Amino acid sequence: MRVLHQLLQLRHMREFNVLIALILMGLLISLFTPYFLTVSNLMGVSRAFSLTAIMSIGMVMVIITGGIDLSVGSAMGLAGLITALCFDAGYSQYAAVAAGLGVGLAFGLTNGLLITAIGLPPFIATLGTLSIGRGLMYMITHGVPLTPQTPESFSVLGQGYVGPVPVPVVILLVLTVIFTIIMTRTRFGRHVYATGGNESAARLSGVKVQRVKLAVYVLSSTISALAGVIAFSRYLSAEPASGFGSELEVIAAAAIGGASLAGGIGSVLGAVIGAALIGEIANGVVLLNINTYAQQAITGGVILIAVSLDVLRNRMGGRG
Amino acid sequence: MKPFLEMISISKTFPGVKALDHVDLHLNSGEVHVLAGENGAGKSTLMKIMTGVLRADPGGEIRIEGEPVVIKNPVHARSLGISIIYQELAVVNNLTVSENVFLAREPLRPTGLIDRAKMNADTRAVLSELGVDIDPEAMVGTLSVGQRQLIEIARAISYKSKLIIMDEPTASLSHHEASTLLRMSRKLASQGVGIVFISHKLEEIFEIADRVTVLRDGRTVDTRPVSEMTSDLLVRLMVDRELDQLFGHHTSHATAEVLMSVRNLTEKRVKDEGVFVRDVDFDLHRGEVLGFFGLVGAGRTEVMEMIFGSRPHTGEISINGKPARISSPSDAIEHGLGFVTEDRQSRGLVLGMSVRENFSLTHLSDYCSLDFVNRRKETAACADYIRALGIKTPSPEQKVLNLSGGNQQKVVLAKWAARRPRILIVDEPTRGIDIGAKAEVHSLLGSMAEEGMSIIVVSSDLPEILAISDRVIVLKEGRISGELTRENATQESVMLAATG
Repeated sequence: MRVLHQLLQLRHMREFNVLIALILMGLLISLFTPYFLTVSNLMGVSRAFSLTAIMSIGMVMVIITGGIDLSVGSAMGLAGLITALCFDAGYSQYAAVAAGLGVGLAFGLTNGLLITAIGLPPFIATLGTLSIGRGLMYMITHGVPLTPQTPESFSVLGQGYVGPVPVPVVILLVLTVIFTIIMTRTRFGRHVYATGGNESAARLSGVKVQRVKLAVYVLSSTISALAGVIAFSRYLSAEPASGFGSELEVIAAAAIGGASLAGGIGSVLGAVIGAALIGEIANGVVLLNINTYAQQAITGGVILIAVSLDVLRNRMGGRG
Repeated sequence: MKPFLEMISISKTFPGVKALDHVDLHLNSGEVHVLAGENGAGKSTLMKIMTGVLRADPGGEIRIEGEPVVIKNPVHARSLGISIIYQELAVVNNLTVSENVFLAREPLRPTGLIDRAKMNADTRAVLSELGVDIDPEAMVGTLSVGQRQLIEIARAISYKSKLIIMDEPTASLSHHEASTLLRMSRKLASQGVGIVFISHKLEEIFEIADRVTVLRDGRTVDTRPVSEMTSDLLVRLMVDRELDQLFGHHTSHATAEVLMSVRNLTEKRVKDEGVFVRDVDFDLHRGEVLGFFGLVGAGRTEVMEMIFGSRPHTGEISINGKPARISSPSDAIEHGLGFVTEDRQSRGLVLGMSVRENFSLTHLSDYCSLDFVNRRKETAACADYIRALGIKTPSPEQKVLNLSGGNQQKVVLAKWAARRPRILIVDEPTRGIDIGAKAEVHSLLGSMAEEGMSIIVVSSDLPEILAISDRVIVLKEGRISGELTRENATQESVMLAATG
């Protein structure tokens, strides 16, 4: 009885809708193909969406403060590229990874300071750094992928397994747990929600809102940089256009997961499930032999349906 | 007089709450009908049903001029002759007066372009009918709050409304503006328009009403002509308690010890607009309740924002004899200050968060080890304050959005009281809240002073300032224009300092 009761409590969670959508979509795809619900396929799907999902963890925190980070794809691509450059120059793998994450830190500090110290709107600040990042990548690579020699142990990050589970998925799960705890159980998390919920009330209550904002941009870029390092470890090739356009998918994941672009609302778990849903659709399109060009259109439809349902549900629940 | 609008046995149920329980209300043409009641009594819900924002539960009936109607939405309500003027102004600041009056029904020329000349002429006609002198081509943003309210009334008149609902229209008006508004409402009534007037101000109610209906806990308690009503009776009907029991007697807890002294406080101006606050000097004693009075625009809120670090300033502030550098609210809070802001919805509360989360935002570290929030401790502390302050909420987890104004204000007070500041600034602590909640807020401020806290009360409600302050400082045009001890402070002396 108690277990049943607790299961019923789940439906009050914000993430419930998107979780149901994920399950229904999975069942729908399984109706048409026996290959979807297999361990190897599910693990492959998970690995494929894990990078988007990891980045969406940083993004959803930014969105909860009422901001947006368009530069995540550039932070990711540039971090992978710098990691590759370090290997190329003969540095150790630890130095290479640290340099990659350092790129993320620098991106985040730049975004955060443009937004807090100068007061640029987040959309503009991160649009600028997005473009600078892309430009730097072309300048560094001259459009040619970089494929340096790397030690065996480095490729574990992107290619390894823990039992049947790919390492990037393990990293995703660990980050999901850590950041869920941070956002729901710590003072910092509370301050992130308060800043997005009502910035001036938060500031007048003593919340250091500028510091909170700086922190979420640094976290978002650094997490994206980690995704970039993992991507490089997986393919062992730093592509000049790596990460381009991924910001839209990452924002979509957060939005499908219930985050409000107006700030104050959203969750890490929701964003991760949102990324999973997008990944599941991509997989379904391939398995069902649907034109892959249709995938983007289907994802777009899902975003609109998911967010509309969320908005309608809130309107019904509200007291006008 | 035949009733224009009849609401018969109207009920409204929200999940878990019965907001209205078989309410009857008859509104006549040409009368000013005051709707009185504490916050949460159901006034707002009733208004929303009248204007089509909410639908009543099945079972009741609404009749207009005797004919049963279903009011579908606000546009439909307007076409039936019902207009509302909300407490929060619904005007667009960057449009002109006439553009606001004719918003969404602009007169067109045959070419399809807006007929600006006609719009301005018609606006001028309505305004002069109201007897006010406002340029139809002025930007609404440049007008005072009172003038903006008149624009809304002009708009309602130009719709040919037969019933105008005014939801606490004088709450943010100066004395002069308020009396203009009252005069105007009477004039409209004499022309046959029905007015529903919601107010918490007793004097005002007796000045303007023809009839009064009192709501309590979602029920109609009584409807009677104002000639058969007294202040005491009205208060008893609203709160079910006597006026004397509500407001206790004043006891001063002020000591001789100076806790904070402010010298040469002057605003650092970025733009040359609004009032320029300068050379403000005063001392605040431990345990003192210091009132700050001034007309709207005298700079009261600005002074408090400078002290609290949310407005750039020069000058010295010292606390306990030591200079305090305050350049942000968090600096101020570290120096032991707290600030209950004037506008609780936009600056006091995170509306989408729960009572518990709003309550603890000022002092979350009290419940934290490392950075982790101990939610059990937090909830327990919040529950204590909910009980102590009598906050009406189903649980600490309720979103503050769903509480009534008075209860929201108590949440703001609770979040600061729990922080235990040495100095608490409260700006318009009882604006828009009912008389019962107001008395509770006053007694809470009194008991905080008794515990040794120093309190600065900013209010445009003069009787309130006189009732609770140990000393009154009066501001005029950005400077201190008078300081009065409790003995010397009377309505006349304070007003003289504020205006003379």
